[in-house]
Amino acid sequence: MAISEDVVIVGGGLAGAISALSAAKAGVSVRLISHKESTLRHASGLIDVLGYPTEDDPPVVNPFDALDALPDSHPYSVVGEAEIREGLALFDEITGDLYAGDHTDRNALVPTQQGTVKPTARYPRSMATGIGNDRAMLLVGFESLPDFDAPLAADHLEAVGVPFASRGVTVRFPADLRADAKLTRFATALEREETTTALAETIEHHIDDAERVGFPALLGRDDCGSVRSTLESHLGIPVFELPGGPPSLPGLRLADRLFEALDSAGVHLSTGVPVVGHETEGDRISSVLVDRGSHTPQPYHASEFVLATGGLVGKGIDSDRNGVHEPIFDCHVPHPEDRYEWFLGEAFGDHPFARFGVVPDGKLRPVDTQGNLEYENLRAAGSVLGGANIAAEKSGSGISLATGALAGRLAAEAI
Amino acid sequence: MVDAPAVLVIGGGSTGCGIARDLAMRGFDVTLVEKGNLTNGTTGRMHGLLHSGGRYAVSDQASAKECIKENRVLRDIASHCVEMTEGLFIQRPEDSDAYFQEKLQGCRECDIPATVLSAEETKAKEPAVAGDIERSIAVPDGAIDPFRLCVANALSAQRHGARIETHAEVTDVLVEDDTVVGCVVRHDTGPGKRTHRTPGTTEEIRADYVVNATGAWAGQIGDLAGVDIEVRPSKGAMVIMNVRQVDTVINRCRPKGDADIIVPHETTAILGTTDEEVDDPEEYPEEQWEVDLMIEELSELVPILRESRTIRSFWGVRPLYEPPGTGTTDPTDITRDFFLLDHKERDGLAGMTSIVGGKFTTYRMMAERITDHVCEQFGIRADCRTADEPLPGSEDFEVLRDHMEAFGLRSPIGRRSTQRLGSRAEKVLTTDGPNPVLCECEAVTRAEIQDAIDQSGTDLNAVRIRTRASMGNCQGGLCCHRMANELHPEHEEPTVRTALDELYQERWKGQRHALWGEQLSQAMLNHVLHGTTMNRDHDPARQETLDFDAFDTGTDRTRDSNGD
Repeated sequence: MAISEDVVIVGGGLAGAISALSAAKAGVSVRLISHKESTLRHASGLIDVLGYPTEDDPPVVNPFDALDALPDSHPYSVVGEAEIREGLALFDEITGDLYAGDHTDRNALVPTQQGTVKPTARYPRSMATGIGNDRAMLLVGFESLPDFDAPLAADHLEAVGVPFASRGVTVRFPADLRADAKLTRFATALEREETTTALAETIEHHIDDAERVGFPALLGRDDCGSVRSTLESHLGIPVFELPGGPPSLPGLRLADRLFEALDSAGVHLSTGVPVVGHETEGDRISSVLVDRGSHTPQPYHASEFVLATGGLVGKGIDSDRNGVHEPIFDCHVPHPEDRYEWFLGEAFGDHPFARFGVVPDGKLRPVDTQGNLEYENLRAAGSVLGGANIAAEKSGSGISLATGALAGRLAAEAI
Repeated sequence: MVDAPAVLVIGGGSTGCGIARDLAMRGFDVTLVEKGNLTNGTTGRMHGLLHSGGRYAVSDQASAKECIKENRVLRDIASHCVEMTEGLFIQRPEDSDAYFQEKLQGCRECDIPATVLSAEETKAKEPAVAGDIERSIAVPDGAIDPFRLCVANALSAQRHGARIETHAEVTDVLVEDDTVVGCVVRHDTGPGKRTHRTPGTTEEIRADYVVNATGAWAGQIGDLAGVDIEVRPSKGAMVIMNVRQVDTVINRCRPKGDADIIVPHETTAILGTTDEEVDDPEEYPEEQWEVDLMIEELSELVPILRESRTIRSFWGVRPLYEPPGTGTTDPTDITRDFFLLDHKERDGLAGMTSIVGGKFTTYRMMAERITDHVCEQFGIRADCRTADEPLPGSEDFEVLRDHMEAFGLRSPIGRRSTQRLGSRAEKVLTTDGPNPVLCECEAVTRAEIQDAIDQSGTDLNAVRIRTRASMGNCQGGLCCHRMANELHPEHEEPTVRTALDELYQERWKGQRHALWGEQLSQAMLNHVLHGTTMNRDHDPARQETLDFDAFDTGTDRTRDSNGD
């Protein structure tokens, strides 16, 4: 029997999930197709809206005040402030107590594992006590965990000029893990209470005058709250996580929460299968073709489609020596013809490749070189959209939320 | 030896380090100065071919004979730097039979073991070669790690009393009464290991004799001494693949040409090369066409290369030299032979000899000749032992091969570390603390990084070349910061930050030439990790004071909640 829905979403990251939830909320039937593990496992788990609209200026306090500084081609300029707020509201509704930051429009400066601080709009509640300026901080790292050097990060925070004291200590992890155990092993080990208690005992005498304690983001794979509360009740002061990765446990926890929400919203899920192409009828897409391992890819039919396959990292945008393309629908992706113009000489320059992506009209429908719609019933959301340097701006999650919420809603309205 | 003549060697490439080792072993009081890292110039920018001599068997038989001789020596003294892959000269349908025969004949005349393989035998040995090839000649080519070799020579020289000074640039050559008596160097930081952010000093190093072993830069030292050395630098491009598409060295069996060799190297394969004369060994264009040429041409021998992932490209400069008056216009026609320029005989300037030209494979032989020459100046009779004494790391490597898994590491990691370290493995890998893998692509552990830091200070590029950390698929995206973390707490935070920025930028530089497909995706991932997650691109430590209180400072609700 042919699979058929009102709306098919291609891509299972933040943008895809929000699109699906937004469409499902409008009462239509939705299927989400995702291939690989979502790139959320690479992401910090922070929800950035906008930190640096311009390259050389300090971070903005209020991202909404800075939207005017963005070019017209930026996805935020396309969707507008109200949709950004809409996307955040949907996110807040889904994540509930998992996240904080919704009490204000202002960015928070979250301490990172590198010892920098980073402007962000929403943060996992496990990171919340790392924010705030009035309490001395102890950072704790582990000998066998090379990504995070706590004393170095503390020194870096001092160099940043944070208005609180920070100090770092490196201890041996109180469980027998292999020398190069993955982060998830640490997290799972801490879900045993005796390990968490042993950890508290290990660091007790390092506390001194510290008023809060920060760990790399590995305090439990799933059950982050109880690991923290066990530590807090032993140590008597708040405990928080610092973002890092990959793999990023806050990112994985968020992915889990999104999939729970998709489940309860009645979204049909097809995971672990790639979309390899599409079929058309006139100006419309009639189905996407899913490779399920058989000889011929299987068509998944729908009236409306949302492309949320990610950018260069997620392979929603692909390239070869001759050019840049969007592999599923072959939507137009503007890029310089000479590939030596795709990048700059400085590692952290404002690289053209960081802005590669499809071009949307006002309703997020990809357009071709002439500005004509690629397809009447295709919308795009998230990093597959071009026009933003999400790494430099710190805008990736906000764009996914704003464009995802709008694309899902418009797709449902079009049914 | 109290009255040993003091010799200053300029240049920390393979030749300079080889000379320093030989001189030190023969009892000289040796100082070597290098303006960057060891291998900073040409040595660190070659494709790592250990020549069998086959490549020169038609065009330059003298060089071919030297190559096969030194090939055998290096297998003995530097076994942990060498992988005997074998090499194939492959004939395609459009390549001439006559040249194939000439090549075979040439190999035999030069005592290079050479076997003709049919197309089927060739494909059985190397399945990735094109289906339509005619046949091949198998020769004992190999792969050699130029970094490891160079560092081993420097270590050996140190063990024999030499002083090795990197990041020390010669700013003047001291001449008194038509005699060179030393040099002035500018230390990047202070003398000794490099420490970023430490202000530099200037030092006058007096010497009884100076050896200019700066290769393509020899002319610049000549200028400082007031003599004219006409080196003709010639650039060559190389492209690094993410895996070894081939396990043998693949050569095209035709007369000289661009893009005709693939060298399997550790986890990668290196495609080479071009040959274009340039004006300045430091400043020359690195061009897209060279990268494309390499992939297109070599795909004719190994078709899978057309679709394969490249991880970066780099360019090196050959220190070509020809005696005045030869008048060669095409750099590929310039001899690969080396020349001793005794500036007393040549220019009436005593106390200095330059060595120019030559090939990496014969670096030891060149070092022997120049050391013989220095011995003559002082009437010293001491035999050269560099062909007989193994380099540090290779002393009892055969025994170590049996103990590769002995360090509590997962076996592939233990094996890779042990191969890199050779007989130094036990000393380096024996550690009390946890020894996690810091670079997953190249399987490098903390102990190996720490050993490299002991050797080279805060210079993470020097750590990189000693260990291969950050040289794999991710090009440092996942490990640069881990390497930098290892500098702390011995070095302070700003120093660590500068060292990290320098390494990250160096890794970026070569990747730029491979930015499409998988590697562009990787570059964006690195950009997102270091930019978005770490906020290193807007590191607030570099900015003016932030008004922390203007930002969200959390709420009481979040302060007291443990809810999840």
